[in-house]
Amino acid sequence: MSQSAPSREVARRVFATEFNDAGFTFTESDDERAPVYALLPTGESANRVFFVGTLTEKEDVGEDSEYWRGRIVDPTGTFFVYAGQYQPEAASKLRELDAPAYVAVVGKPRTYETDDGTVRVSVRPESITEVDAATRDRWVVETANRTIERVAAFDDGNEYARMAREEYDIDPETYKAAALSALEDLDEADGDELADGGAADGDTSGGSAADEPAETPDL
Amino acid sequence: MSELRQEAEAIAEQFSDHLDVAPDDVEERLETLVNEYRVPLDEASRSVTNSYLEDAGMERDELGRGGSESVLVNDIDEDEQWVDLRVKLVDLWEPRSDSISQVGLLGDESGTIKFVAFETSDLPELDEGACYELSNVVTDEYEGSYSVKLNRTTQITEIDETIEVGDNADTVEGALVDIQSGSGLIKRCPEDDCTRVLQNGRCSEHGQVEGEFDLRIKGVLDDGETVTEVIFDREATEDLTGMTLEEAKDMAMDALDTTVVAEEMADDVLGRYYRVTGPTFRRYVLVDEMEEPGKVDTESALIEARSI
Repeated sequence: MSQSAPSREVARRVFATEFNDAGFTFTESDDERAPVYALLPTGESANRVFFVGTLTEKEDVGEDSEYWRGRIVDPTGTFFVYAGQYQPEAASKLRELDAPAYVAVVGKPRTYETDDGTVRVSVRPESITEVDAATRDRWVVETANRTIERVAAFDDGNEYARMAREEYDIDPETYKAAALSALEDLDEADGDELADGGAADGDTSGGSAADEPAETPDL
Repeated sequence: MSELRQEAEAIAEQFSDHLDVAPDDVEERLETLVNEYRVPLDEASRSVTNSYLEDAGMERDELGRGGSESVLVNDIDEDEQWVDLRVKLVDLWEPRSDSISQVGLLGDESGTIKFVAFETSDLPELDEGACYELSNVVTDEYEGSYSVKLNRTTQITEIDETIEVGDNADTVEGALVDIQSGSGLIKRCPEDDCTRVLQNGRCSEHGQVEGEFDLRIKGVLDDGETVTEVIFDREATEDLTGMTLEEAKDMAMDALDTTVVAEEMADDVLGRYYRVTGPTFRRYVLVDEMEEPGKVDTESALIEARSI
């Protein structure tokens, strides 16, 4: 449940669209137990991530023993989370949860190569908990800010930015645009809520924050 | 004004009480070093300052940083800064070296900080319990802990008022990303003044003892940039989780297992955002106050994000 303290790795805030592009991994020493980092295309290393999104599907894809796969959606894309016998708490959480639900996940990036050579990035969860919409909104805002800050600091003075330029062929501005659009959607959804206030016929345009199993309108 | 000019004026200002130094001369000397010899500005500035010190027959520590800043001790977070303090002498310790005249703890409303005064500085002795204005002390850092050094330019004025000494409270905010082992329903050693947490019914000092139940959460708050370990004591844990010690004991009794308590608590708090305030103890923040930051202001976040 825990890890020895002072050197604990920080949990980066990254949207699914960027996380799924972070297929390059590296270590910072030759020690076989050296921590493995995923290289974020915005020029940062990530040994751990924290994200909040909507669990939309879950499935036991194990053959001999339980192996749960969850799809967790944020405003930019989908995180794939895999938990098996070595993550018993996270696995039993996925078993118990009913989709859709807002969940917060702390976990480690993992990569694997498919038969056709593409690198997939997934999350090996340390914990999964069900949370509320306010927590999700706060995470979106926080992650948008962190992403935009990373893009702003993306220059050759930053070793991970240099590494990203070598390893990826992606313009980091893409992720800034995604972050801004995530914030704009959230802001609009907020506005809708206010406009709706009182009038109980909620469903305006679909799309917005509609992935919440919202209050049933009075019939 | 150029950076060079600013630095030149700052240096001239520092010597204004001791030497007749014109900013133009300083600037010229800096320019030579920086532009002709490609010396970095901070190194150039250091070298020029040293040569003026020599001209004036002064030691570096006699040089005030031209009006040092008045600060609270818990706000000190940088090495080698010249600062002014209003403090109470909380504690005096036995100096471990002949070169040290006094060593101990100074405090103000923000907290406490270690201070050292050296024999060579020839300063008047400070009295325990008395309050002082200290101007021109220098900050020092060792393995992340800060202290202040008094020096021969330090002015000491005893003041006739009582300063309440604070507890170095820190506020940290972030997502609770981990609950560490030793959390939930725990047992402590009942021996006087021990309170150690038992491991399998044993105290590392007193051996097998009949422990007393307590609640605690050792957690990790993470804001995506730094991690901070925080400890919720029984009261703070009850406040955080809404579970009382009695309820926790009942739950453990029903399950014949104490670990269910920490699991139940983790369900309620992991992955949520908190802002906590409390004194720091080693690497921990001991939670006195806790609040949930509530609904995020998306509009101002959007305005801020667009401005980056």
